[in-house]
Amino acid sequence: MRNFSYVNATSIEQVPSLLGRSWDDAVVMAGGTDLVGEMKDYAAVPKRVVNLKSIEGLDYIRQDDAGLRIGALTTLTDVLENSAVSQELPVLHQAVSVIASPQIRNMATLAGNILQRPRCWYYRSEDFPCLKKGGARCYAVGGVNTYHAIFGSGPSYIVHPSDAAPALMALGATVHVHGPRGGDEVLMDDFFTMPEMNIRRENILRPNEIVTEISIPKPEANSKGMFLKVRERESIDFALVSLAAQMTVVNGTCERASLVLGGVAPIPWRAVEAEDYLRGRRITEARAESAAEAAVEDAAPMPHNGYKVEIAKNLVKQAVQALAS
Amino acid sequence: MSKKVHVQTTINGEAVDFLCEPRNSLLEVLRDDLDHTGAKEGCNNGNCGACNVIMDGRLVNSCCVLGVEADGCEITTIEGIGSAANLHPLQQKFLEHAALQCGICTPGFIVSAKALLDENPNPTEDEVRYWLAGNLCRCTGYDKIVRAVLDARNGA
Repeated sequence: MRNFSYVNATSIEQVPSLLGRSWDDAVVMAGGTDLVGEMKDYAAVPKRVVNLKSIEGLDYIRQDDAGLRIGALTTLTDVLENSAVSQELPVLHQAVSVIASPQIRNMATLAGNILQRPRCWYYRSEDFPCLKKGGARCYAVGGVNTYHAIFGSGPSYIVHPSDAAPALMALGATVHVHGPRGGDEVLMDDFFTMPEMNIRRENILRPNEIVTEISIPKPEANSKGMFLKVRERESIDFALVSLAAQMTVVNGTCERASLVLGGVAPIPWRAVEAEDYLRGRRITEARAESAAEAAVEDAAPMPHNGYKVEIAKNLVKQAVQALAS
Repeated sequence: MSKKVHVQTTINGEAVDFLCEPRNSLLEVLRDDLDHTGAKEGCNNGNCGACNVIMDGRLVNSCCVLGVEADGCEITTIEGIGSAANLHPLQQKFLEHAALQCGICTPGFIVSAKALLDENPNPTEDEVRYWLAGNLCRCTGYDKIVRAVLDARNGA
């Protein structure tokens, strides 16, 4: 690991000036479970690390009539053990329950989870100066792309590794950002960015901006949610494909479906075609299958990851049927 | 080069000060500077749990914690759990159930299991297995480890 200076931030307002104009100047650290590994792999080589855990009052879960507000420094363990989350937001509770291991959930924060950098083995290897690190090519193209994207058209084929992000997006959550000009709020749907917009990062945050809170609107009274994750081993593994689903079904008819796939694209991937297909339709097995087909209509798998298309279809069918019953 | 940072911690109940570079992990500090070599370096990236310590009451992978982050924290390492003359019940049960082969993962498993029993003194087998999912044993002794932890429930 390259050495760096370490600063404890003491207020949100102070953070933008402690950060720099470039990602090589300074990065923020919360739980550190992703960043420390990235620095060990020389995927991140900041001159300065700004610790946010020294800021008071960013670790909270508050419930009001509008919904739930979760402070950026809230650990995944605290999200998992919160009764409002487990009772009212099963999609988020289930997603967090399958993240990594108890140890990592004790350290990692909810905001840090949605800000994770790609797990792509080329990105994480010092030997590959890939597009994400300022290099000239995506090594997944023509390389071993078993775990890469089936949606999006490059030029980078990473997948977004977060389990919490699809769940939060399915719930219509909002990200609260703080930068040099103060605070701002961005819908999760507008927060993540595809590689053609910004090859080096996966979201709209600038080098001197941080996430301070994630707020989740109260789900509709008769909506239900669930999170499904397929991985190679039953613990400490990233999703091959995941699905966060939140659906409002009245008398067997879908009024609204929110379906977000993880592990399939450079950002959490909203299955818009499937959502549109389901709206206003009575749910049957055949229609769940049609929704599944619609979800992968635009999939363009690479030579080694066609299996992800089948998993994505199965998850959509399974969730739609389960939430309609 | 960037200067060393003065860190004040409590380790196994004793006040401990150390100097470290910001890039040093807590695991490196424990093993290389403080002679606490019970915590092991397995994967060094948060997968295996061999480096587990309890930090302010929470189980963490010390390879993913920076030494500087330990400032002001209370840390329990395997050295603070029982002694050769007075084994912790978990250690006694690991011996009785032969819940180890090569032993590299054992300190992590004991610390991890202690963190579980501190929080939940009477876990079910399912709860033990889910909790220990963050600790890897490559000699594949999981069943014996789970039995040892279950057997240590009341005595821990």
